[in-house]
Amino acid sequence: MLKGVFVNGVGIAKSLVLLVCFLHVCYLIVGVLQGYLGANPIESLTHTTGEWGLFFLWLALSITPLRRLFHWNFLVHFRRMLGLCSFVYITAHFSIFIVFDHFFFLPSILEDIIERPYISVGFLAFVLMIPLAITSWSVIQRKLGRYWKRLHQSVYVVAILGVIHYWWLVKADILSPLLYGMVLLVLLGVRAYFFYRKNIRV
Amino acid sequence: MKKDNHLLFSKMSMKLTENDVTDERLFKQRRRFIKSSMALSLGAYFPQWVIASTAALSAQFTNRKKTSIGADLKPHSMEDIARYNNFYELGYDKEAPQRNASALKTDGWTVEIAGECGKPGVYTLEDILKFHTFEERIYRFRCVEAWSMVVPWLGFSLGDLLKRFEPNSKAKYVAFETIYDRKNPLPGQRRKILDWPYREGLRMDEAMHPLTMMVTGIYGKPLPNQNGAPLRLVVPWKYGFKSIKSIVRIRFTETQPETSWSLSAPSEYGFYSNVNPNVSHPRWSQRRERVIGSLFKQKTLMFNGYADAVAHLYQGMDLKKYY
Repeated sequence: MLKGVFVNGVGIAKSLVLLVCFLHVCYLIVGVLQGYLGANPIESLTHTTGEWGLFFLWLALSITPLRRLFHWNFLVHFRRMLGLCSFVYITAHFSIFIVFDHFFFLPSILEDIIERPYISVGFLAFVLMIPLAITSWSVIQRKLGRYWKRLHQSVYVVAILGVIHYWWLVKADILSPLLYGMVLLVLLGVRAYFFYRKNIRV
Repeated sequence: MKKDNHLLFSKMSMKLTENDVTDERLFKQRRRFIKSSMALSLGAYFPQWVIASTAALSAQFTNRKKTSIGADLKPHSMEDIARYNNFYELGYDKEAPQRNASALKTDGWTVEIAGECGKPGVYTLEDILKFHTFEERIYRFRCVEAWSMVVPWLGFSLGDLLKRFEPNSKAKYVAFETIYDRKNPLPGQRRKILDWPYREGLRMDEAMHPLTMMVTGIYGKPLPNQNGAPLRLVVPWKYGFKSIKSIVRIRFTETQPETSWSLSAPSEYGFYSNVNPNVSHPRWSQRRERVIGSLFKQKTLMFNGYADAVAHLYQGMDLKKYY
């Protein structure tokens, strides 16, 4: 079975993506220890993990539009892995917040989640990702049947909350969250277009 | 009232012991420099030091007065101070100002003094500085983004400078402006993420407080461009954005001047912006701060630890309302 995975191109490509993530995480950990992540390494870690989490989520969300538009159906094999990579980065992002910003002190964690709107929406997005990550296991996926698809449509909410989270946390330079927002608009727009076309035909 | 300030101020410095930070650091820097066999020179690291050393000002840098203010604090390295900055005129991420530092030209610098005073006019930097003895003071520097540093500033009390221009009885506030040339903007000024030029202001009694500093250098050397060369404000009990950089205009006003961040988001940034752990910003709890170099956060002090010296300025004011 292992042989099968590594012989085909998709398997190799998936391994490469995982290798990139692995090397990136190594780079970050060594960066904190060696001091090349700048004067405020925790801030760098927080920003990088958040940004990569969004980036992988956007990659996962681009699979369906690409399949619809260009019929690159092999891409479907990457979707789960990309989504899980995003989840791992966002979990790291959240953990840094818990450990280094608050050192597990629950009252101040709750205060931040409740009082800072950008943290509220970010936290909500993270919570909504958890069931998606759990039900990504193929055994559960099969058991859930058609409910699986409906459940996983909540990823659109996660993505929108992700952009809002990013938008609200920047002080003045909104260029980066704006770009994420516009790309998301395109990705959701393509879906909406195909959805309406299908429904009109039916 | 003023006497009280000075009294508190001197009491504060008396508590502390003598310490000579500059030489210790330079020694360390030299040692590190020798240790690393790479062909670096301090001149290449901080080109503006070389330029300034040829200027007429160099005597003021060499004849600086050591003070014991903040001798109990451990200052951050020049490397950290020079690479981690919010100076949107030179770029929006923390290390951009250092990368783009050369875009700021400080030669032939002038400062316009205007408004409610007896001696308005355009003054050269030399005219501004020549009557003052430079002092080294080590202050905590607390950013509104909940990080902080300790910096050995070089400069003098702003009040000593302002008095020279003879502010009149209508001068209730002082307004400051950062360099902005519409035709030749700095890299970060090409996009209007703030309403350029950057503006800040102080109430007159805040400006005259002896802790409020006009700064020209760090670690006994002229300011690196990214830290606000050639002349900046430092108000240690307020969030860092009040300490406006690269000043070209000082104006005495009767009414409270507009300030950049308050114009950009009035509900988030007030005119006073005193460091206050009990008043949170919508995006940052101000209870705690991360001192650069440490992984975890520590408690933020009222007025950034300068409450003994400045709390009386705000007596009877609701600091939740006047944030």
